[in-house]
Amino acid sequence: MNDTQAAPSLSDRIHRVEASSPIVAVHFLGRSPAFVLGEEALLVVDADGGELRLPVHSGAILSSDGNGQAIVTGGDDGRVVVTDATMTSAAAATDDKRRWIDHVTFGPDGTLAWSAGKTAFVRNTRNEIRSNEVASTVGGLAFAPKGFRLAIAHYNGATLWFPNMTEARPDTFSWQGSHLGVTFSRDGKYLMTAMQEPVLHGWRLSDRKDLRMSGYAARVRSMAWTAGGDYLATSGSDQLILWPFKGKDGPMGKQPKMLAPYSARLDVVAAHPAHDIVAVGYADGLVLLVRLSDGAEITVRKLEKVAVTALAFSADGHRLAFGCENGEGGVVDLG
Amino acid sequence: MSEKIPVTVLTGYLGAGKTTLLNRILSEPHGKKYAVIVNEFGEIGIDNDLVVNSDEEVFEMNNGCVCCTVRGDLIRIIEGLMRRRGKFDAIVVETTGLADPAPVAQTFFLDADVGEKARLDAVVTVADARWLRDRLRDAPEAKNQIAFADVIVLNKIDLVTPDELAEVEARIRAINPYARLHRTERARVPLSEVLDRNAFDLDRILEIEPAFLGEADHDHHHCDDPGHCHHHDHHHDHAHPADHDHDHRHGHDGAPQGALKHYHDEDMQSVSLRTGKPLDPDKFFPWVQDLVATEGPKILRSKGILSFKNDPDRFVFQGVHMILDGDHQRPWREDEARESRIVFIGRDLPEEKIRQGFEKCAA
Repeated sequence: MNDTQAAPSLSDRIHRVEASSPIVAVHFLGRSPAFVLGEEALLVVDADGGELRLPVHSGAILSSDGNGQAIVTGGDDGRVVVTDATMTSAAAATDDKRRWIDHVTFGPDGTLAWSAGKTAFVRNTRNEIRSNEVASTVGGLAFAPKGFRLAIAHYNGATLWFPNMTEARPDTFSWQGSHLGVTFSRDGKYLMTAMQEPVLHGWRLSDRKDLRMSGYAARVRSMAWTAGGDYLATSGSDQLILWPFKGKDGPMGKQPKMLAPYSARLDVVAAHPAHDIVAVGYADGLVLLVRLSDGAEITVRKLEKVAVTALAFSADGHRLAFGCENGEGGVVDLG
Repeated sequence: MSEKIPVTVLTGYLGAGKTTLLNRILSEPHGKKYAVIVNEFGEIGIDNDLVVNSDEEVFEMNNGCVCCTVRGDLIRIIEGLMRRRGKFDAIVVETTGLADPAPVAQTFFLDADVGEKARLDAVVTVADARWLRDRLRDAPEAKNQIAFADVIVLNKIDLVTPDELAEVEARIRAINPYARLHRTERARVPLSEVLDRNAFDLDRILEIEPAFLGEADHDHHHCDDPGHCHHHDHHHDHAHPADHDHDHRHGHDGAPQGALKHYHDEDMQSVSLRTGKPLDPDKFFPWVQDLVATEGPKILRSKGILSFKNDPDRFVFQGVHMILDGDHQRPWREDEARESRIVFIGRDLPEEKIRQGFEKCAA
């Protein structure tokens, strides 16, 4: 442990967790971080530091999302499972062919969406399940910030679908290549995808104009909108890449802000819910907090050469949780 | 995190016996556990929670290269399987009879995340001794699968006469002279000859020697009891006489049974090159890179061992279409001839142009 360097560090405030298997994601249930394990279970750390292992799937956990009050997970057992703050888990759906649930995401008002193969499903507020099939396997899902509208990323583009409007045809935005992660800007004006190649693609929805952001060293696997939606923070480089979305033309023709340069690849980002602060995790185990206004960095933890795989802030922004490939994790009170 | 998971790709035209071999891999007591990615028409008889259905989605990469394709479903499935990596030792990917093996192989070179976690071990092609000749005529996929193979399991030999068998082997060799070839009934090949071959390992690249020209017919060995088989891996690193015939495809020394015929396939062939003159790396690399950039769509596989001027190390490389992977392997030994050897397998290869280009790479 060499935390005695000049940079300020929070490592003495960490409550540490040792999971039995790799941590693939982390989400908060209120103030309690729930570490999503590669297989079978969530590991929840309650307010007193007690650990609770919640079995949710019978095999691999392939996808997860959290909205502060609940966590949804998709498994290779074909099940979509919702776990709430009372630590109760229930299957929201089971794929009738027991296909892998590749993607899950929460929507507004307790709605959720998931995908298996080429089919995207939603469960609306009336608990009805609707589905839409796209031309190739779904690469990612995201709900629009307003209206009940789902973006489905796939090969050669992304499709926007209004699940409650059966007469409205899904609207496909085309761009050649395989689109994986997908997210809407906070104002709903832009749809952004992370591609198989190390680039981001995007569309301005009003005029379908393409945006293309390149320069990454690796596939962008992690994206987060900063407080207020001013920036899209992204992984995939050896520094934090932030695309500006404030202003009339968003990031069009602009250079990204680049912070926290380092010697290892940045793999995970998480944005503070209220302040212009982004937590970043690198492939060699370093976790930093980065302030966007001046690039100031605070070391959260330096792990021993294991990739950081998961980062999340609690909804109130007071706590940060991180998890790693080898099952090490932790939660820190930011005060 | 730890060792890369080996991945065996199992190809073969419809009905050749892929499923029989796959069921053996899953059921025989070899002490290893396999995750299996099967195509949607797969008929595996084993209930196993590590059997995953794939839909063979071939994606083009957005890099302007027409043959740079990957299997998108494999990227997704391998990532998912890696969540359970303690639960299995290796992965077998079964393709449909109509699949092109290239996108499967290229996935391991073009996707950084897959390449970090898994390594391509070998492409194993199961062929039907009775029907392969017809398929080579009417099904380009069947020819691709033979051309691409590191290991060929020539199955159902009990259904053909010795003459027919010799004929089909000669057809195979006209397309792919370097694959290991096993004659089998009911796909009964020792699994050690199929799995964990390291055929894509640069350290093992020497297996480019046309097998049927070598000493006796050890590649034709097969037996029904894996417990009593010993490995016949003595193809390593033996020195060749300096006056050895330069065009191996036409050599006849040691041909078994005197029954080998030689064919030129009309559109798929191999070009093997060798020279005892040291190569100039400043000439060789631009040449080979330009060659695969222009002829890449035609070149299915390439492999080579190179001796460079003033370089004590053997340099080895291999490629799939336009993708090349190469490295210094180890120092040349005192007792081996410092000879450069390359094999290209492909469709309508401009043999003369390749030969002339290679000759100009001498230091």
